[in-house]
Amino acid sequence: MSEPSTETTTGRDRGPGLFRTAWGYGRTKVGVALTGLIVLIAVLGPFVAPYSPTEFVAKPFETGVDGALFGGDERGRDVLTRFLWGGWTLLLLALASAGIGVLAGTVIGIIAGYQRGWLDDVLMRTNDVLLAFPQLIAALLVMSILGPQPWLIVAVIAVSHMPRVARVIREATRKVIEQDYVKAAEAIGLPRHRIMAFEILPNVTSPLLVELGLRLTYSIGVVAVLGFLGMGLQPPTADWGLMINENRQGMGVQPWAVALPVTAIAILTIGANLVTDGLSRASIGIDRGVQK
Amino acid sequence: MSRLIAVRLFFGALTLWAVSLVVFAATQALPGDAALQILGRDATPERVEALRQQLSLNEPVAVQYLQWLQGVVQGDLGTSFSNRQPVAEFLAEPVMNSLTLMGWAALVATPIALFVGAFSALRRDRSFDHTASMGTLVIASIPEFVVGILLILLLGPGGLDLFPSVYAREGGIDQWILPVLTLSLAVAPPIVRMMRATMIEVLESEYVQQARLKGMGERTVLWRHAAPNAIGPVAQVVALQLAWLAGGVVAIEFLFNFPGVGKVLMDAIENRDVPLIQASVLLIAGVYIVVNLIADVIGLAANPKVRVANR
Repeated sequence: MSEPSTETTTGRDRGPGLFRTAWGYGRTKVGVALTGLIVLIAVLGPFVAPYSPTEFVAKPFETGVDGALFGGDERGRDVLTRFLWGGWTLLLLALASAGIGVLAGTVIGIIAGYQRGWLDDVLMRTNDVLLAFPQLIAALLVMSILGPQPWLIVAVIAVSHMPRVARVIREATRKVIEQDYVKAAEAIGLPRHRIMAFEILPNVTSPLLVELGLRLTYSIGVVAVLGFLGMGLQPPTADWGLMINENRQGMGVQPWAVALPVTAIAILTIGANLVTDGLSRASIGIDRGVQK
Repeated sequence: MSRLIAVRLFFGALTLWAVSLVVFAATQALPGDAALQILGRDATPERVEALRQQLSLNEPVAVQYLQWLQGVVQGDLGTSFSNRQPVAEFLAEPVMNSLTLMGWAALVATPIALFVGAFSALRRDRSFDHTASMGTLVIASIPEFVVGILLILLLGPGGLDLFPSVYAREGGIDQWILPVLTLSLAVAPPIVRMMRATMIEVLESEYVQQARLKGMGERTVLWRHAAPNAIGPVAQVVALQLAWLAGGVVAIEFLFNFPGVGKVLMDAIENRDVPLIQASVLLIAGVYIVVNLIADVIGLAANPKVRVANR
């Protein structure tokens, strides 16, 4: 029991180190601020929205209405209200799909990297086949056949993340298993699943966090684009991607119904990517420090 | 090296086959009877049965798959449910349109991206480099359809009104500008970053230092010694980006109402037109796999260690 616990503490020592180094970059702070702003809008929005998201307050695409700051959408519902309501679904779906995809990818990556042999070969070849499908096309194919449902969106995006994450974590694992502490743990006779969970996992956290950031940014994009293509959440849900789809015909007369969700998605993805970039810079520095 | 390439080609073919299997299996899962879909709800049972025979829908699934695959290999992609045209014929024009669009995007994006990347490397850690690095990071984060909409809002009819935002058959050449610009912006950032990183690595190498020490002019050093060695990895990224275009083009075509494969796919999904869905997904995935394969081979060929080893 003493072995794993000492290892996890060293793992914990490096955790805050990564965040502190990343926080040192200006871009991380900007990224956190941008992401925070949009998350705040998405989470608090429904509580401060002036109307109900399905209430009619104006004529279709009408602007300059009293009590509706950004006018009405294609059916005359309040644009501001639908904007405030439409963020949390996007965030939730993106978080879920990135989380599940990274989790599954990490498990596969560590197993493939540590077990090697035929299992490694089988897992990586399957990966290659999965990677051969363009992510969006795969999602569209599944959605068009089984019908767009929230859990399906999460599942498809998670599966498409899996091979990409697995590849990165496998590389990281192969570096870690060269280290003496893994060999020591093997010599003591620790079971392999314990070695994977307590020796390897804590030492691949930096690439893991970078991947999580990357996949989260990507998930936001895919969830949004699916909504935009009409293959994500279905009406009458208020959802940023779907809002863009519904209102793009009236973009010339009523730009707000498109501009608000589009700007929010842009700021959110830029913010998330800035944080990821900060993390990845910090992680490179830390990895160098370890290797020296 | 040729053995490595042969292995890649084999795996490429294997993946293509796997994709065909996935596409076929997926469309098999579609609810509803294909024959009924073609003939419409009020068809007589006899006619439906006759068409089922004709489409061999009564055969086992494996037989259907083999027949379908045989057709695909021979260029017969079936008949569209919605317009009764042979799919291959129907797809010819959209495919050309999409390829032209992708080609223009590549032609616009690649030289500019290479130049910006190389210039950033030469101006390393100066203001141009920082601006370019931040710019590419920001553009790369935004989903491409969002970039497209922002461009429409800025330059389209609602904004400065410079270019049309919707493709029309009778429209002029200016309706290509926004889609090409959007795709170029989506493709460029990774090329810029790769070019910069590779150039920096090359410029710090010993052979470039040697060339400088020989007293060669900076221009000769750059173009004769540095640039050729940077091409390999960069060419690979360019090819990867082109492969990405095959999938990325869908949302852009949908946004600009551009009559390409992506638009066909979206319409086919809307109409539940199974043969058309199969064909367009297969086409897009096929282009993606083949271009990826080319990227792989370029990467192998450009790596001197691989090139020299076991010739």
